[in-house]
Amino acid sequence: MSTDPWIWIGAFLTLMIFSFLFKDNPFYKFGEHLFVGVANGYYIALYWHNSLKPNLFDPLSAGNYLYIIPLLLGLMYFTRFIPKISWLVRIPIGFMIGWGAGLAIPAHFQAEILRQLEGTVITPESFTNITAGIWSVIIMVGVVCTLVYFFFSREHKGILKPTSRLGIIFIMIGFGASFGYTVMARVSLLIGRIQFLLGPWLGLIR
Amino acid sequence: MKRIIPLFICLLIGFSMIIQFFIPHPTSLEFGSTIYKWVIVLIVFALVLAIGNLIRHHGTKIRRQKKDWPYSIVTLSSMIGMAIIGLFWGIQAESLFQKIYLNVFAPLSATMFALLAYYMASAAYRAFRARSLEATLLLAAAFIVMIGFMPFGQYIHPRFPAFAEWVMRVPNMASQRGILLGVAFGAIATALKIILGIERAWLGGKE
Repeated sequence: MSTDPWIWIGAFLTLMIFSFLFKDNPFYKFGEHLFVGVANGYYIALYWHNSLKPNLFDPLSAGNYLYIIPLLLGLMYFTRFIPKISWLVRIPIGFMIGWGAGLAIPAHFQAEILRQLEGTVITPESFTNITAGIWSVIIMVGVVCTLVYFFFSREHKGILKPTSRLGIIFIMIGFGASFGYTVMARVSLLIGRIQFLLGPWLGLIR
Repeated sequence: MKRIIPLFICLLIGFSMIIQFFIPHPTSLEFGSTIYKWVIVLIVFALVLAIGNLIRHHGTKIRRQKKDWPYSIVTLSSMIGMAIIGLFWGIQAESLFQKIYLNVFAPLSATMFALLAYYMASAAYRAFRARSLEATLLLAAAFIVMIGFMPFGQYIHPRFPAFAEWVMRVPNMASQRGILLGVAFGAIATALKIILGIERAWLGGKE
């Protein structure tokens, strides 16, 4: 059994959260509220050291007065508490939304449309290995059918009916696989916690 | 004016970012990097607002001694404590801040997410019924991936893990790619609507 007090703290906190499996109780509530508090405190310090200080206060103290602009924009967030000038809060929001939207257009085009189409299109190189070629054809068919399923501008009849039907089959396999994968990720976290309790804390496994 | 100025700023920054992306000149890259730094600052200010809201919420709970108010003391004191330790003693490796992160924050966060394994399994047990072809496919794909990625899959059939990987790599990828393409088109259309001022919900309802 461990003699390190930090390990004991980690083990007790783990058990506090797991106690929710029995029912909601004061130990779980304590752990839950501690988590919220520590997480917020963590991000306050992290953002100060990694974001605010190097991107605002260091340039300002070095005489780069251009950084007064983000400072003023940031302070405008607090105008929402002053009813007369509360509309000013829209300026930093507009700045952020404009930045996000402007960046999203080329980024989505490059990373999600061109790259994905590049990976889907069948070329002679796809058939250098016959099995890989067949898989490429299945992927191509799957992508087209999935897109057709989400095409609502025309009624799904004629050729669109079997195509969208095949699309929903691919979508269901995709959703099932994603669900299974997510469960596995959570189970691996669970295994990690059990290993921590049995290993570093109790010393029952190595 | 209360709506025009924010809309104009949104349009200006939006178009600047699009143009900046297509001009790989050092001046353009410098502009993009400066705007990015400004956005980081704005995110932190938004976070300050969120933290203020949290303090107000728990402060009110403590003052009025509402239900479970002692837990609010835990939240506020741990937040203030962690912030002070990080702000005054630094966040470098081996610091007290990192020790608390590794031994308090990390176990709590990992256990919270691990707890979801139970609830996802119980929800799946209740929701997954092979009533139709689509539901059966969903169930089968989830089962194959879960069993295939466990060491146990190997004992069912030596090629079972490879089959699970094929499900992830071929039919799953096909559907994910189709969905991703749809999402990308939707995101681009929405971004354009926002930049051009067609979509104005973010301005809020008031004048």
